[in-house]
Amino acid sequence: MAYNYEKYIRKGRLPHIWCPGCGYGIIMKSMIRAIDAMGWSKDETVIASGIGCASRLPGYLDFNTLHTTHGRSLAFATGIKLANPELKIVALGGDGDMSAIGGNHFIHACRRNIDMTVIVFNNNIYGMTGGQYSPTTPLGAKATTAPYGMLEPDFDICKLAVAAGATFVGRSTSYHALPMEKLFKEAFSHKGLSVVEIIAGCPTGFGRKNNQKTPTSMLLWQKDHAVTKQMAEKMSAEELEGKFITGVLYHDTSKKEYVENYDAVTGFSEK
Amino acid sequence: MEKKRERKFLQGNDAVALGALYAGCKFYAGYPITPSTEVAERLAAWLPKNGGRFIQMEDEISAMAAVIGASLAGKKSLTATSGPGMSLKLENLGYGYMAEVPCVVLNVMRGGPSTGTPTGPGQADIMQARWGTHGDHPCIALTPSTVYEQFSQTVRAFNLAEKYRMPVIILSDEIIGHMREAIEVPLEGELEVIEREKPACAIDEYKPYDNSVLVPKMASFGQGYRYHVTGLNHDEYGFPTNSAKLIGLQEERLIKKVEENYDDIVQVEHFMCEDAEHIIFAFGSSARASKDAVLNLRKKGVKAGLLKPLTIWPFPDREISEYASKVKDITVVELSVGQSVREVSRAAGGRCNIKHIYKVDSKPISPVDIEKAVEG
Repeated sequence: MAYNYEKYIRKGRLPHIWCPGCGYGIIMKSMIRAIDAMGWSKDETVIASGIGCASRLPGYLDFNTLHTTHGRSLAFATGIKLANPELKIVALGGDGDMSAIGGNHFIHACRRNIDMTVIVFNNNIYGMTGGQYSPTTPLGAKATTAPYGMLEPDFDICKLAVAAGATFVGRSTSYHALPMEKLFKEAFSHKGLSVVEIIAGCPTGFGRKNNQKTPTSMLLWQKDHAVTKQMAEKMSAEELEGKFITGVLYHDTSKKEYVENYDAVTGFSEK
Repeated sequence: MEKKRERKFLQGNDAVALGALYAGCKFYAGYPITPSTEVAERLAAWLPKNGGRFIQMEDEISAMAAVIGASLAGKKSLTATSGPGMSLKLENLGYGYMAEVPCVVLNVMRGGPSTGTPTGPGQADIMQARWGTHGDHPCIALTPSTVYEQFSQTVRAFNLAEKYRMPVIILSDEIIGHMREAIEVPLEGELEVIEREKPACAIDEYKPYDNSVLVPKMASFGQGYRYHVTGLNHDEYGFPTNSAKLIGLQEERLIKKVEENYDDIVQVEHFMCEDAEHIIFAFGSSARASKDAVLNLRKKGVKAGLLKPLTIWPFPDREISEYASKVKDITVVELSVGQSVREVSRAAGGRCNIKHIYKVDSKPISPVDIEKAVEG
């Protein structure tokens, strides 16, 4: 039987703002199924976001939801977690939101290892403002502000997260709805800062300019270029050229979670 | 046995930290900046022992964000900074007004634009406090001028923040922040401490942004009233809207909740003003020198008085207006080329002479200079 999403969708909030062919609805559905599987109550769950297409997601869901300023969701979420560590927090945003304007908050949230999950919706472009290049736009790709092709090397969000100290890092795509759901569950179960990057297509802002004219071709591109970590281990450097690795890329359970450690070290007590 | 007030010799910034605890502050997020850093240092040590948590964030922007986040989760929250940091906080300060999230922001003013003079006083962030963040918005800003007032106005700032569901700014300055005075710490219950009004209605009936009242009740995240918070113009449930009617109602309510509570929010001190022919208008550190000037002038037989605002925003228009029709002149004293004097002139409406004395060379104004300005 098909999964019933109604329990988690706010009445009267749909249709969403996303363009036809956008992959974000698939991500939202995987997120809902994963949260449901975790057994988190709606009252104890907080979904925070920044600004951009992805960041409109919290408004559709029946949790404590917070749509903040551009790039700042992790900073708001840090305050929420420190004020009430019982709350389960998912902070999400796009590639521009998390790695450009919110880059500083992103690396420091990773470094602190505060218990929350960060989901980066990476569509390689600023979608809401109409297709400007972001820190993850591939070299040479066209954008409205890169009419001659992207001149800057791009960020690898997952490598950035690992280098900054995140203790769980994984990647999936909007094509891989079920593996994505599984990855979310693993990230949500992790104690500490988990980062999940989801490669998604923006047919309107990116695809049209970069020879991926239909949403289907964008999904197929994801399917063809994603390589699981297990497969990648058996492949040569040449074979991996142009591909990206999916699944759990990094998992460290040895580092202390920030709030627990804070309370233990400072002798914090509720008063 | 009756409890006696503890007498403490405190730095102004320490008094803010102590006042915050008195008010029930349970969260501080900040970023080091002179001359406000001592507030963070004290609370880093004191908060965990008082049921609260402290964090030094990666920048001023995130400190403001974290404070709003903690308040959404139900905790009274504080951040402290100075001019350059305040410039960075303005983005999320605007979010705080829009999303109606109580919190307290201390700006220990220093001199100059940009990095200016970190260790010298200034009073030139008055207009930044009022108009710094974009769009029409309400503003409450308090101006303590003694170490005791650093304590008591911090408590009042938390009260006003909770009562009107908005960020409240404390505009202190380098002199008040770093000077030391003895204060008697009020006992529990001596100063009023206002707690946030939380909803108790049925979940379905809760409107976090109800426009039919000035200040809607605020639920904490996790309390059971799941609602949406956004910096976009929103409807009464918090969801983004393009309805002209709803946008207008919401924007005007934000302004009205302060405007219509002028008497509750605006506090001024009248010092020897009753028979005064010459009024001095000064706040913060300038008010201290002005008080001396008033005493010296009185000795010389000049009928001078000091009007000292403890609330600078909303501007004490009514009080100024009242004196303007009674006195010969109002002398405005400030560490700014002319931010508060324009407001005083506007409020006085040409009914008395307005004089102005200021200093922007990183040094305070001396009582002698003020006396000369009043007599001149």
